[in-house]
Amino acid sequence: MNNIFTVFWKEVRENLRDRRTVINTLLTGPLMAPLMFALIINASISRELAKADKPLPVPVAGAEHAPNLIAALKRSGAQIKDAPADPERAVRDQDADLVLRIPADYAKSWSAGEPAQVEIIFDESQRDAQGSVARLRGMLNAYSQANGALRLVARGVSPSVMRPVVVADRDQSTAQTRGGGLFGMLPYFFILGVFIGGMALAIDTTAGERERQSLEPLLVNPVRRGALLAGKLGATTAFAFTSLLLSIVAFSIAGHFLPTDKLGISLQLGVHFALCTLAVMLPLVVVLGCLQTLAAAFAKSFREAQTYLSLLMFVPVVPTLMLSLFPVKTQDWMYAVPLMGQHVTILRLLRGDAILPSQFAMCIAGTTAAAIVVALVTAWVYRSERLAISA
Amino acid sequence: MIEVTDLHKQFGSVRAVDNVSFTARDGEITGLLGPNGAGKTTTLRMLYTLMKPDRGSVRVDGIDATTDPLAVRRRLGVLPDARGLYKRLSARENIDYFGRLQGLDAATRARRIAQLSEALDMGDILERRTEGFSQGQRVKTAIARALIHEPKNIILDEPTNGLDVMATRAMRAFMLHLKAQGHCVLFSSHIMQEVGALCDRIVVIARGRVVADESPEALRAQTGAATLEDAFVKIIGSEEGLAA
Repeated sequence: MNNIFTVFWKEVRENLRDRRTVINTLLTGPLMAPLMFALIINASISRELAKADKPLPVPVAGAEHAPNLIAALKRSGAQIKDAPADPERAVRDQDADLVLRIPADYAKSWSAGEPAQVEIIFDESQRDAQGSVARLRGMLNAYSQANGALRLVARGVSPSVMRPVVVADRDQSTAQTRGGGLFGMLPYFFILGVFIGGMALAIDTTAGERERQSLEPLLVNPVRRGALLAGKLGATTAFAFTSLLLSIVAFSIAGHFLPTDKLGISLQLGVHFALCTLAVMLPLVVVLGCLQTLAAAFAKSFREAQTYLSLLMFVPVVPTLMLSLFPVKTQDWMYAVPLMGQHVTILRLLRGDAILPSQFAMCIAGTTAAAIVVALVTAWVYRSERLAISA
Repeated sequence: MIEVTDLHKQFGSVRAVDNVSFTARDGEITGLLGPNGAGKTTTLRMLYTLMKPDRGSVRVDGIDATTDPLAVRRRLGVLPDARGLYKRLSARENIDYFGRLQGLDAATRARRIAQLSEALDMGDILERRTEGFSQGQRVKTAIARALIHEPKNIILDEPTNGLDVMATRAMRAFMLHLKAQGHCVLFSSHIMQEVGALCDRIVVIARGRVVADESPEALRAQTGAATLEDAFVKIIGSEEGLAA
């Protein structure tokens, strides 16, 4: 037991003297993710808000064919502009979000009472332009319906004849559940924080120790390998945990600066959220610490270990990706799966949904079991003869 | 006292150590001499329990290394081939870390560090971080941390490797000092003069086998060679891997 503490304190002390490690653990890991997250969310929210209020610039080809339509568009907030010479090309090259084309026979069809065609030229794959296209389509539909109604009235028919079915939206989402959808990536950022926080130590205590040729002298001491490993894992986990703690605190603070109320969403970022997140993440910190140590133990050099660990960093993204690609209903078994359990739990916490104590326990128990298995495998690898030899 | 009997170690199809037996006695310096790649380091690694022998036994002060490796390690002071330090710790902290792992209390550690610092003449570097140490300063620190627990038996793998003339002389003097204190000193080398000048007994290893186990004088007499170097060449049968 003494030996474990000796190794633990030595690793902690040594790594606290490394400025790069300290910056990674205390700054980059915990702060980068929530801050980047806050920036992205902020920017996208502001952009959406700005778009809805601003006049919509609409390049129109053949505006002279439909002066009434143009006037109506102007009244509903469109800013009519001259169209580029080649509208299709301009849209493809992303010089314009969209172009409205009014054909020369528009007036003729209109006067004849036939459907007069206008064209919206746009690129469906340009997500940025979709909002503008929808707004323009809305304006055109409103103009079409208003004039249709006028024509019916002129013929003595009630406009409601044209609307046998009326659809009314009843959105069941609450302000909190909408927040959850937007923050689906958050669990991954917490996991990433843990990963970055423990990375330097996982490498330094294994591959680093071997590269600087200090592993063999260390192993000559009358200390069991298990005790050495426990001390080293303890130090790695302590750094990763510090990262996580800071990252949760940082996000809880940053979350209050997000203009979430403007989007009509709300996040549950209280002490309850922080503590529960910490509780479900704790066994995961151990799992990741062991995995990192395991991966680094195979590496001969610092650089090789970094390569392995960078690849390993993609593992936590899998459940997040799976759940966003296949948004299935949350099943009970998901709580027991490491990474997925944390993802589901944190999202529910964020949305303010209730979590049953049994689900909470399953999440912690499942990940703890995984932590024990990974720790045992790491200990087994650490006992091998090959690991000891530096050259 | 270190007794090695019938030691074997194989890596794949390569027989790195093949039937090696010798004894290193207390109050003597025993030299393990051999060309590069002869199996010296592998033999030593089995002595200090880093590797398990495929066959054969290692006994340190009568304790079997396979059955009680921790007790054996407590009786050994080892300077391995790899002698890296923790560069963000001072020399004292490096030595103290190993003292703790040896289970020494604070007072003993402080006393031993003072003794070793004196014997190895490292008073001026003791409180400095080891980053940027010269090769000689690094070896001194590595030896001090290996001997922190006053081990009876001392194993040094190529201790003068990479040292300049002055540091080499200091190292040799230190080994004689250890011998005078009654320690059992076993060291490996491929440098002839060093072995000839220091050793009470020379164990020559070539291709994983012991080819001679004699005193330096007996070795010369046995081969009829004028110098130890000639004797060495005759014994191992080639000049391969030989360095002056």
